Amino acid sequence: MIASTIYITFAGAVLLLVLPRVLARWIALATALGGFAISLAAFFARPADFGHFSTIISVPWVPALGMNYHLAVDGISLTMTLVTGLTAVSAILFSWKVEERPNEFFFWLLVVVAGSYGVFLSADLFLFFVFYELVIVPKYFLIVIWGSTNKEYGAMKLTLYSFFGGALVFIGILAVYASAGSLDLQQLSHFSFTPQMQTWAFPILFLGFAVLAGIWPLHTWAPTGHVAAPTAGSMLLAGIVMKLGAYGALRVALNLFPLGFEVWSKWIAVLAVVGIVYAAAVALRQSDLKFVIGYSSVSHMGFILLGLAAGNLLGVSGAVLQMFSHGVIGALLFALAGAVYYRTHTRNLNDLSGMALNRTMPFLAFAFVIAAAASMGIPGFSGFAAEITILLGVWKAFPTAVWITGLGMVLVAAFTLRAMKKSFFGDDRYAPPMQEGHRLPVATEWNDSRAVVAPATLAEKLGASLLIFATLAVGLYPQLLLDRIMPAVETMRFLRP
Amino acid sequence: MSYLELLKLAAPEAIVLVAALVVLTIGLVTGRRGVGASVSVAGPGNAGDRPTAFAGETPAAPSGRVYPFVAAIGLAFAAAAVLPLPSHATLFHGMLVISPLNSLFKIICLTLAFFTVILARGEHALPNKGEYLAMILLATIGLLLLVGSEELLMIFIGLELTGLSLYVMTAFDKEHRSSSEAGLKYFLFGSLASAFTLFGLSFIYGLTGTTTLASIAQRLAAAPIEPLLGAGIVMTLIGFAFKIAAAPFHLWAPDVYQGAPVSTAAFIASGSKVASFVVLGKIVLIGFGPVPGSANWHGMASGWTLILAALAALSILIGNLVALAQKNVRRLLAYSAVAHAGYTLVGLVAAGPLGFSATLFYTTIYGITLVGAFGVVALVRRECGGDDLSDFAGLRTRSPLLAGCMAIFMLSLAGLPPLAGFFGKFYLFSAAFRAGHNHGLFWLVVLALFGSLISLYYYLIVLKAIFIDESNRAFAFPPDYLQRVAITVLAGTVLFLGLMPETLLARILASVT
Repeated sequence: MIASTIYITFAGAVLLLVLPRVLARWIALATALGGFAISLAAFFARPADFGHFSTIISVPWVPALGMNYHLAVDGISLTMTLVTGLTAVSAILFSWKVEERPNEFFFWLLVVVAGSYGVFLSADLFLFFVFYELVIVPKYFLIVIWGSTNKEYGAMKLTLYSFFGGALVFIGILAVYASAGSLDLQQLSHFSFTPQMQTWAFPILFLGFAVLAGIWPLHTWAPTGHVAAPTAGSMLLAGIVMKLGAYGALRVALNLFPLGFEVWSKWIAVLAVVGIVYAAAVALRQSDLKFVIGYSSVSHMGFILLGLAAGNLLGVSGAVLQMFSHGVIGALLFALAGAVYYRTHTRNLNDLSGMALNRTMPFLAFAFVIAAAASMGIPGFSGFAAEITILLGVWKAFPTAVWITGLGMVLVAAFTLRAMKKSFFGDDRYAPPMQEGHRLPVATEWNDSRAVVAPATLAEKLGASLLIFATLAVGLYPQLLLDRIMPAVETMRFLRP
Repeated sequence: MSYLELLKLAAPEAIVLVAALVVLTIGLVTGRRGVGASVSVAGPGNAGDRPTAFAGETPAAPSGRVYPFVAAIGLAFAAAAVLPLPSHATLFHGMLVISPLNSLFKIICLTLAFFTVILARGEHALPNKGEYLAMILLATIGLLLLVGSEELLMIFIGLELTGLSLYVMTAFDKEHRSSSEAGLKYFLFGSLASAFTLFGLSFIYGLTGTTTLASIAQRLAAAPIEPLLGAGIVMTLIGFAFKIAAAPFHLWAPDVYQGAPVSTAAFIASGSKVASFVVLGKIVLIGFGPVPGSANWHGMASGWTLILAALAALSILIGNLVALAQKNVRRLLAYSAVAHAGYTLVGLVAAGPLGFSATLFYTTIYGITLVGAFGVVALVRRECGGDDLSDFAGLRTRSPLLAGCMAIFMLSLAGLPPLAGFFGKFYLFSAAFRAGHNHGLFWLVVLALFGSLISLYYYLIVLKAIFIDESNRAFAFPPDYLQRVAITVLAGTVLFLGLMPETLLARILASVT
């Protein structure tokens, strides 16, 4: 059943190309809702075998080369498809007002979503790679056509970085294929590669995935790409695309090369910790709201890599939980930043601080406070549940890393509070507060009639509420996800005691 | 061996020849009045079996429209004539060999020629259309001979027939100086390369005393390596490196791709290249197969692998880096063609049935893609009068269909799923990776992937011009539905072969092994 998320989304994308533009957003929404509903149903309805990566469908594709159209699902896949559906619905709600070439916009959007579903469900390495690379080009078009600030640079940088990561993954997959003679992930997860081969192939494969997951120092595509992307593009990037890298690292790199992982895990931990602290420190000095969130994404992705590097049950389960959690929170933050930008035409924190937006946009301010709290890791939200699980796991493997990460978490709280204060709760003592319907005093590149302050629309409220509900639900009852994640993680063979 | 039997086995070639002569005759009778209306049909085949060809000969028909029709029908009949051929036959010690591989590639070459003829239909500016189309058909015969022969002399004759026809086609556009310049360059470089090839082949003949590939292989297997053999191999390879535009023998390519009539450029990039790779693969893998020198870099003693590997590496680097700086789409495609020749050579370096089939698959895909891309270029050129990147600006608003097709072609060349180029590259590189022991070609695969990364940049620049840049131009010409259908079919094929590569791959694999 869950395989139909892929088909529905592709079908929706193709429909968008042939139907008139007035229908575009409705088709997109219906498609995304369909995918979300299916992933939700699968999440709750599946029988209890979450630990086993069990086949849904397997038909020969290119039998001469041993490639199969092979989909499978376990607890981790279920979690990831759920966050994909969630983010997709919300992203489409937040781009309800896209007027420029809406059919193409939603087409590319749905291709990203469909490709991501495909990655999370693939059990054949070639199929996995097809879906993985399929996601690259839509991002380019989404950013370069509908983006803002320095979009051509940001789009090209992001695309080339993704493709570079893809090339490394390509080499890794070729190495696997040449050594084991198979591309089937279920078979490969029992195949013993030689230690020597694992030692050189693991870092290539892992680094390829980690580029997409925003590992320091190959993270620089993420902030520029996020800033340049349209709102929905940033939401998908933060919510899904960066998770593709993390998921690939877990499913393919770690699980196929346990010995290579053993050799390199401490270096992964080092890079992850540097990324957490460095990105947080950089975020503290940014004046563009989206740059702040972009760097916060890199910082939070560092937690995922750190959890993976720990390599024990708690660390890895926490990492998967963080993939879900940051998918939701990151998407929410970018959605709100986009909503502010849509109304004020500026993301400069100093400009925003003169506007006291909490008065004119109370709902957005409320949602931003929730998102900020979740991002900082306040108990009760999913961010806390995920990060505490990761740190518990890391404590066993790399105690020093936990201390340094603690510093990073203080920085995260600092920049999040700063961004929240400046963007929504600015100092309006010197300027009269903005009234609803007022033109804004900032000089912007846009100057059209829509540049008026307006409260959140119904679509935005729905989209934000969905994400808020998700982060709260998981934050209050993390067992909901962990019950599905942990059995799957337990079967991974790289796991340390 | 009776002549009737020979005619049966050589039916495809004969049919194309008849079509060429018919087209030529129509041109003489109707197009150039007073020049020479008394030339009669004198083909080896009986013209009576194709009445449709003569239906167009009525004087009332607008002659410019008739030639492509006749030529296309001739090619279609020739392709149909390939099907009933026996699966294995060898004539005159390998001068004409019929095997599943040869038949498959005859059909592919004829198909590519067919689409080239459809492109040529749109070239209204060319004078003497009949002669031009006859040249295309003659070049096609050359390709059929190349593909269908496993004997050095016949291969050389095929090379020359193709080459000479293509030189004429390149210089055909007399209204543009660039066309004449391209023709001259192509001719000078081409004849030099032919001389090298012939010289090299003569060495090989001198050493082995035979011209059939299979016997050459037997003799070379026993013979020690001597300088003369090395010289022969190197010179032969140089000639072919020119044909496939591998660096550093690619210098003719940019000018020819840019200056020649678009359909000629398309044919050089597709049909000529596919046939050259087929025959190069045969010479290298069958003829020179037993010469020492393997795919394993460290174990390489001597032989042709090292040369091919160096050619591949240079082509990938030079092609991709120089393509970055291009502002003209045809020139860009030319440099990207150099890079793709490099990728395709990787398969031959890998050797073995796996490597050879990967090369064949990739070059076929590449041919299909480039005919389509040049089809879009031809339409844009007719509309805007140029083929610079700026002429492609705003193509999306002017023709969403062409823009979408061009996106498919470019992304397939860049090697992105779900298009055929992606599978081609995966297959090619996995063959190279698996070749030899201890991953001897690892460095070449890494280099090729690095090249692909560079290439993505310039393909995206083309797409950026099409999809993002604005232009206020409108179509000046009435839309040509036939060409659009042809381009759409090609784009659909690229997509289909990306989703279902098995359809082509199974045939190639079955014929290679």
